[in-house]
Order: sequence, then C-alpha cells, then structure tokens
Amino acid sequence: MTGSANMIGYGLAAIGPGVGIGLIFAAYINGVARQPEAQGRLQSIAILGFALAEALAIIGIALAFVL
Amino acid sequence: MNTGITLSATPSTEGFTPPGPGDFNLPPVGPYSEFEFLGQTMYLGVTKPMLQLVLSGVLIVWFFYAASSKRAMVPGKLQFAGEGAYGFVRNSMGRDIIGSRDFMRFVPYLFALFFFIVVNNFFGSIPFIEFPSFSRSGMVYSLAVMSWVIYNWVGIKKHGFAGYIKLQTVPAGITGPMLLLLVPLEAMSNLLVRPVTLALRLFANMLAGHLLLILFALGGEYLLVHGALLVKPVGLLAWALFIGVAFLELLIQFLQAYVFVLLNAMYISGALADEH
Repeated sequence: MTGSANMIGYGLAAIGPGVGIGLIFAAYINGVARQPEAQGRLQSIAILGFALAEALAIIGIALAFVL
Repeated sequence: MNTGITLSATPSTEGFTPPGPGDFNLPPVGPYSEFEFLGQTMYLGVTKPMLQLVLSGVLIVWFFYAASSKRAMVPGKLQFAGEGAYGFVRNSMGRDIIGSRDFMRFVPYLFALFFFIVVNNFFGSIPFIEFPSFSRSGMVYSLAVMSWVIYNWVGIKKHGFAGYIKLQTVPAGITGPMLLLLVPLEAMSNLLVRPVTLALRLFANMLAGHLLLILFALGGEYLLVHGALLVKPVGLLAWALFIGVAFLELLIQFLQAYVFVLLNAMYISGALADEH
C-alpha cells in the first residue's frame, strides 16, 4: 500500500482485540475477587482467552508490515 | 496497492529503509544454490533456522536425559527441574484438559511439542542466536498439519468417519432449519480453519515481535546518527523501548508455546468427547 494506509488500518484493527482483552481480564479479576480459591483454575482460562483475542491483533500487525 | 487516498505530509525518510519480512530470509551457511519460486528467491542449502531446529532437539534430549538419569527417590536439583517441567505439561495440559482416562496416550506428543516450541521461541532472545525459528512460516504450518492429522485421526478412530463428522459439525440440541446455517459454519470452523489459526497465531506472534525489535533497533540507530539535534533523544527512547519490548517478547514466547499446546489438547479432547 502506498503511504501509511496500512498502519492506519492496523490502528483501527487493534481496537477490537483491545476491548476484548479488557473484557476477558475484567471477568477474571471479578471471578478471583468473588472467590480467591478459584484463581488457579480461572488463570488458565484467562490466558487461553487472552491468546485467542490477541491473535487477531497480531495478524493485524503482521499483515500491516507484509502488505 | 493504490488506495486512492492521497496522504500529504509524507515524512522524508530518504536513506531509511524500514525492515520488512524480507529480512527474515536468511541466506544459507556453506555452499548453496538458488531458484525462483513465485517471485521469491529460495535457497537450497542449510540455513540458520534449520540448524536451530536441530540444536533445539539436541538440547531438549540432552537436558531430559541428564535430568532422568539418576532416578533417586529424593530428587536432586536437576531431577526436580526435569520432573517439574514434565509434570507441568502432563498435569495442567494433559490430565486437566483431556481427562484422566485416556490422556497418557497424548502426553508424549504434547510434551515434545511444548518443549520444542518453547526452546525454539526462546532462541529469539538468546544472544548470538537471536532468531525465533518459528518466524519462518513453513515450520509452523508443518506442526499445525501434524496436529490436525492427529486430532482428526483420533476422532475418526473412536467415532467412525460419519459419527466424527456429525460430532464436529452438528452442535448439540439444534434441530430444524438452523442446521442449514450452522453446519457449514461449524464444519469450516472446526475442520478447516483450526490448523490455519493455530499456525498463524504462533507464526505471526514470532514474526511481529521480532520485526518490532528490529524496527526499534534500526530506527533508533538512524535517528541517533542522521536525526537533527533535537530529534536525537528520540533515538535513545527507541532503544529504551527496545529493552522493554525484549522483556515482553520473553513473556510472549512462553505464552504462545503454552497456548499452542493447550489448544492442541482442547482439540484432542473435543475429538474424543462422548456423544451429547
């Protein structure tokens, strides 16, 4: 792409995963605050959700450099 | 690509070529020959990522052989570390996800996969080797294809071909015309898209992280050397951010290996799940 349109595209594309990751960790913090014994079990779910949501942002930045 | 948007105020960056994915195309060591394929030069030779894969295999086998050679009842430090590493994969990824009945069959695969990916990822942060081997997409897609073959094979062996397809494409408790919409979607998502996203997640994370590091290093150097006097501190800031992102990369490298193997275990357990 000419100019910096690909970086503008990446900036727009990073809104979604940012909100998603915030929601995931908000739910995790809420769950641990209500029941601190559940921290171990909730942590693996939180990390899994984080990686799935982050994948989209990472695809965005990789394609912003490639295209 | 011409986007039709005229962006005035293009910065004057003559002399600075930003790094791109072409920087990851390392030339081979030793004698080699070239050929053209789809507009890219391909090398027929032994390249540095190939040597890194072999080195990682040798390191993993050496570490776990040394950790398990004594077999004392009261473990020493090396044996404790080895047992802790093995127990991490076996318990938190094997037993908790696949279930305690038939997880032992898959623990060798998950264990080997996890440590292979972790060591190769960490090669991106070790001095003198600084190149994460999975920033070359071919290696990642081979791992993803292997995982796809394994979880489909296991599912077909347990449920039969028709039963397995029904399990993967028809969600529980849905009847009627909704099926017409859901079945192609589920089939594509479960059978076709999974290996692609599995591979793409690992590959893009390694590529983007390393590219960011290269950009900070080269950009900081360019700003320091060629920038105007008031711009030079930005170069130092770029180098400070380089150090920060390098620590983030350590975390991401471990996390991506963990998520790859965790998703593998979840797909296997989904393929082995009993009928609803």
